[in-house]
This record gives sequence, C-alpha cells and structure tokens, in this order.
Amino acid sequence: MIRLEPRRQHSTLMVYLAPVLAVGLTLLLGIAAFSLMGKDPLAVLHAFFVEPVSTRYGLTELGVKAAPLILIAVGLAVGFRANVWNIGAEGQLTVGAIAGGGIAIYFHQSTNPALLPAMLVAGAGGGMLWAAVPAWLKTRFNANEILTSLMLSYVAVLLLSYLVHGPWRDPAGYNFPESRIFPAAGTMPLLLAESRLHLGLVLALLAAFGCWLLLAKAFLGFQLRVIGLSPRAARYAGFSERRLIWFALMLSGGLAGFAGVSEVAGPIGQLLPTISPGYGFTAIIVAFLGRLHPLGVIPAGLVMALTYLGGEAAQITVGLPAAVTGIFQGVLLFFLLACDALTYYRLRFGRPTLPERHAT
Amino acid sequence: MSEIAWLVPVVLTVITASTPLLLAATGELITEKAGVLNLGVEGMMLVGAIAAFAAASATGSGALGILAGALCGASLALVFAVLTLSLYANQVATGLALTIFGIGASAMAGAGFVGFALQPLPQLALPYLSSLPVAGPILFGQDVLVYLSFAALVAVAWFLARTRAGLILRAVGEAPESAHAVGHPVIRVRYLATLFGGLMAGLAGAYLSLAYTPMWAENMTAGRGWIAVALVVFATWRPWRLLLGAYMFGAITILQLHAQGAGIHLPSQFLSMLPYLATILVLVLISRDRAKIRLNAPASIGRAFRAEH
Repeated sequence: MIRLEPRRQHSTLMVYLAPVLAVGLTLLLGIAAFSLMGKDPLAVLHAFFVEPVSTRYGLTELGVKAAPLILIAVGLAVGFRANVWNIGAEGQLTVGAIAGGGIAIYFHQSTNPALLPAMLVAGAGGGMLWAAVPAWLKTRFNANEILTSLMLSYVAVLLLSYLVHGPWRDPAGYNFPESRIFPAAGTMPLLLAESRLHLGLVLALLAAFGCWLLLAKAFLGFQLRVIGLSPRAARYAGFSERRLIWFALMLSGGLAGFAGVSEVAGPIGQLLPTISPGYGFTAIIVAFLGRLHPLGVIPAGLVMALTYLGGEAAQITVGLPAAVTGIFQGVLLFFLLACDALTYYRLRFGRPTLPERHAT
Repeated sequence: MSEIAWLVPVVLTVITASTPLLLAATGELITEKAGVLNLGVEGMMLVGAIAAFAAASATGSGALGILAGALCGASLALVFAVLTLSLYANQVATGLALTIFGIGASAMAGAGFVGFALQPLPQLALPYLSSLPVAGPILFGQDVLVYLSFAALVAVAWFLARTRAGLILRAVGEAPESAHAVGHPVIRVRYLATLFGGLMAGLAGAYLSLAYTPMWAENMTAGRGWIAVALVVFATWRPWRLLLGAYMFGAITILQLHAQGAGIHLPSQFLSMLPYLATILVLVLISRDRAKIRLNAPASIGRAFRAEH
C-alpha cells in the first residue's frame, strides 16, 4: 500500500524537481502513445522538439512565441499567488491588440516615432480596462472572477471579429476580414535581421525581472503572498483584500494587453480575426510550470513556446494534427500537478502506523 | 390554436439549446454538493462530444454514441478525481488543465471527422400523443437525451432532498471532517460525485454533437461548459432553480438566432455576445448577496480533504 504522508516542511528540492519530472513523464507518455500509433517515437520527438530549434531562424521563433507567454504568465503568477484567478488573459490580450491596433489603423499614414509607444501604452491600457471589469465585479459584487474574466474573453474575441469584418476592414483588402497593414512607425523594432524576433522579448524579460523585485522586495509583494497563503492572517494584519485583487488584475490585464499589442505590432503586423493561438490559456500552464515565480516563468515560457513550434513542425514532417500541442500542454500540467504532491507529501510504503496511545 | 402555432418551433429550439446546459449543470451540481469544484466541464463536454460523434458514426448507433460520450466524460473526471482527491492537487488548476487537455484531445481525435454530418438522434414518438397539436411535438416528440435531462434533474432533486445517500453527500460537502468522524467515506463519496459530474458533462457533449448540431466542429461547446458552472452558482446550488437557469439561457441563445429574423439589424457578433454577457449579469445579481452565497454554497467547496486516521 502506498500512502502520502505530509511533510513537516515542504520540500524545496521538489519545488524545482517537479517541473523537470513532469516534462520527463510527459515525454515518456508521448513515446508510449506514438509507439501505439505505429509511428517511430524517436522520429516524432525529434521532429517535435529538436528540428524546430536546430536552425538560427527556429531559435529566433522560439523567442517570438515565448515573449507573449512570459509577459502574460508573469502577471498571472503574481495573481495566482494571491488566489486571484484571472483566466481571461486571452480576452485582455485581444482588447490590448484592439486598442493598440486601433491607433495604428487610425494613424495609418503616420511616420511619427511616437506612434509605437502610444500603441503600446494603449494596448496595456486596453488589457487593464478589460481586467478592470472582473476586478470591479469581484470587489463590488463578489462575482467570481474566474467565470467573469473567462466570459469576457469570448466577448473580446467577438468584438475583434466584428471590427475586422466591419468598420476596420482594409478598404483595399478585397473584402478579406483583415485590417490595414500597420505603418512602419507602428511596428515593433526587430532584434535580429532576417527573423521575426522583436523588442517584445526584451520587454517580457524586463517585466519578469520587475515582478520578481516586486514580490521579493516590496511590501505589496509580501502582502500578495500572505493573502494567498492565509487570507485570514492577511485580514488580521489589516491588508486590504480589495486593493490586492485590483492590483493583481490590473497587473495581469495590463501585461496581457501589452502582449496582445506586441503581437499585432510585431509578427502579425495587422489585425486579423484570430491573433493568438491561445497564448492567454497556455500562459496559465506557463505560470504553474514556472512555479508561480516571475523568473521561473522564463524557462517555462521557452518550454511551452517549443510545444507550439513542435506542433507546427510535426504537422508538416510527421503528419500529426496541430492539436497535438494542446494535448501535450494539458498532459504536462496534469503531471506537474501530480508531481507537486511530492512537494508537500512524501511517499510511504506499507501500512500506516497509528500513533501510540497512552493509557490514561 | 393558430395564434400559438408559431410558438411551437421556438419552444422546440429553446429546448434543444437548454438541454446541454441542463445536463452539464445537473452533473456539476452533484460534484459541487460533495465539496468538489470541477472547472473542467468545458473539456469534459468536448471530449464527450467527439467520443459520441465518433462512436455514432462508426457504429451507426445513437445509443452507442451516447454511451461513449458519457464514458469518456467520466474518464476525464476520473483523472481530475485522482489528481485532486488522491494527490491533493489544487482543484482550480486541475479543472483548468482538464479543459485545456479536453480542447486539445477533442481537436486531435476529431481532426478526421470535420465536415461529416450525422443523422440527428431520432425523436421518441408516442402513438397519438405526439400528433397532438402544440403539446404533441413539445411534450412527446423529443429525443431521448431531452427526456433524460429532465429525469436526471428530478432524480438529483429527490436524491439530495429525500435519500440517506443524498444526506451523506451533502454532509461530505458541508463538513467533511465531521462526516469522516462519524464514519462516512469522504473520499469515496467525492470520487463518485466527480464521476457523475463527468458522466453528465459527457452526455451534454453527446447531445451537442448528436442532436443539437449533428456534426463535429473544433471547440463546438463554445463556452457552454463554463456557463453550466455559472448556472450552478446562479441556482444557489438548488436543483429546481437550475431548470429555470438552463431554460433562461437556452432562450437567450435562441433569441439571438431569431433576432435577425425579426428585423433587428445588429451585427451578428453582438448578438453572439448575449449568452456570455447574460452569464456575467446573472452572476453579479446572485453573488452581490454575500450572505445568500455563503448560506447556500457547500461549505467545503474547493478544499482538499485529507483523513488524518
């Protein structure tokens, strides 16, 4: 009989080992599944995880995909720590793209160097605005932020669809549901020639570092951690729950909106009906894989970015549907949650021993 | 009679739009009543939908399709139960994982089925009764899952209010430590409640792909799983209000389809936003009364339980 016995103190080793273990177990399961499907598992894994990053361009694409994931996951990690479950980052990303993209479309003849900064600010503002709704509904009406933020994601995607099918459709675009191409002054500067790697990655790393400082050094970060670990203790200490909810949602919404505008001003270059392959949802996994630590989110973002590249590559080279990425991400999170049990519990084999009773 | 004849097709479409919500929400109600918050309803519905569609198109049998949908929904719920009940994983995170996995797995399994159409589930016609005007098609001309959605709701209401097992389930949700202390198997009850939730979500998915729109499309649930979770809150964990909520949302969904016919020229995207905005609205209206939520929500919801001895 195998049991889980609580540890006196949680295992620091397991906090870091669990993600590694989870990735390993996911790969093992993948090998077994592909063998059963009659495919050479090593060839599939090679196509999925090695081939995409074996060229210079592939490596830069890793950065392109990791940038929005890191940006969003950093904000989510801060919120999750405080038990604020913003799962509508996809919507905040979309509204950020709409707000920033709208400026680029309105000023499409502009060559003003202030255009891009204005777009980035508007993008972050759009994301914050969209996150302000669940924050307000939570603090004012006690409405569950999980459900409201998620419902608003559907609304945001429909809003974008309306805009690119209607008022913002490119007048010279042969009726395709696409906006104008953004002007040069409204696109993200590239970091490397002959790639799509843009400034967004640098800003994502800065955001991660900034949030780490906030959590580790600032009193606000301390309050966020306390409220997550023990809401009651936080109340006794007089921390304002309302303020922390607002802060967590504004931070994660703003970063998601920033990621959205970076995407449309970066690799996409215009507004389309679909601007994200689910970055807002994948970032939830990134946050957990990165141990809800702003710096841990960086390697986690790179791993999840690789699953997107791998999914695209595996579609071409071994003929797997692109959805294999989603399965991989889901299974990885399952294993991670399972391995996390070992952080707080140790495995015990054999029958439980009852504590000795003293006769009274 | 002719004045209300136009109502018949409207009521029929409202029933089809409400049934998946009612099925999924009834399952989630039992899960939550046992103190388990499974946010993976959307994922379980999607997996149920593709499983039902695949089984029905492979065998030609709607019954086998329904069975496959229910079983696959329940197996995904089993994964959730193992992680949260045996390994004490965070229920919110695990529910999200379930949804992310369900979206991916259903899209992968369904890649070969996109564009196929299926005969919709047959209506169970009763002699004489089904040919009655107005009441005939509405009351006696539905498919088996519509009847099942009502039967399940009645059964769940009776189970929770009138049976000893229902009492134990509620005790486990309200005060797991006390339930454990008097010898009730808390973890086993929670396993069963979670599996029932998955089974019903699978049925809801099966209804979508076999009856509502007899085909498979990626992400065809379009947030219905989440709306079902919201409905349980809206119903303040009471079965009969679930019926009200599910049919209200079904009506809103249909309203958006009929609005264009009625000459309301809003862009279709704005009409499609209605169910999501309505979900937010009802959540706000219900949740603003904190005392009511605190009184009605199962006290231990979302919290892990670990037996000390």
